[in-house]
Amino acid sequence: MATPVTIRIQPDDFDVAREIAALSHGRTDIGAVVSFSGICRGDEDETKIAALTLEHYPGMAEEEIGRHVDEALSRWPLNGVTVIHRVGRIEPGQNIVLVVTASQHRQAAFQAAEFLMDYLKTSAPFWKKEESAAGNGWVEAHARDDQAAARWTKS
Amino acid sequence: MKVKYFAWVRERVGKAEETIEPPATVRTVEELIAWLSGLGEAYAYAFEKPKVIRAAIDHAHVKPDAAIAGAREIAFFPPMTGG
Repeated sequence: MATPVTIRIQPDDFDVAREIAALSHGRTDIGAVVSFSGICRGDEDETKIAALTLEHYPGMAEEEIGRHVDEALSRWPLNGVTVIHRVGRIEPGQNIVLVVTASQHRQAAFQAAEFLMDYLKTSAPFWKKEESAAGNGWVEAHARDDQAAARWTKS
Repeated sequence: MKVKYFAWVRERVGKAEETIEPPATVRTVEELIAWLSGLGEAYAYAFEKPKVIRAAIDHAHVKPDAAIAGAREIAFFPPMTGG
């Protein structure tokens, strides 16, 4: 059976528990589920954030995430993957992104979830605009995110 | 070919997409950026730091020296900040 993969880009919120259940319910081959939720922070470098607005490149965003999910499936023995990324205006405390990975054992699930998040940050075509007391501005990319993604590069 | 712009590149150019017909001498992504920069003040501003600009051809990331021949859609955008 092909590994179940769900990739969604949506303005609406998601329910973490429901997404985990959808991936693992009724299955006896899964021994580990790891989920990562990215949440909008209320401040950045001591500046209060009113909201983030997420823009994406429709079509490419789904394809780029799909390419990295395929890469994860080829590297680790996974039994299921779900990636959901929200777009539009998101306020502090609200969900931005969800990665769920399922495997027989925890190590593959942990590593694949981290791999997918590192690549979502640096390679999936999404951009954050920040509304704050200092005005509105595009969030700058961090070198630390590039470094995090680079550690997965096969030598 | 169709060109798309995202985030602050889109805001600076002043449009999300357009159809362009660069001359045949424009062969690579970096040559296209240089050509676009010459289309007016808005483009010059959007592409003022060409090394910062990322590009994709037909939904796949490409490097500045990538050939544009045969491309249906080329996109320009800043470094990504999703996740």
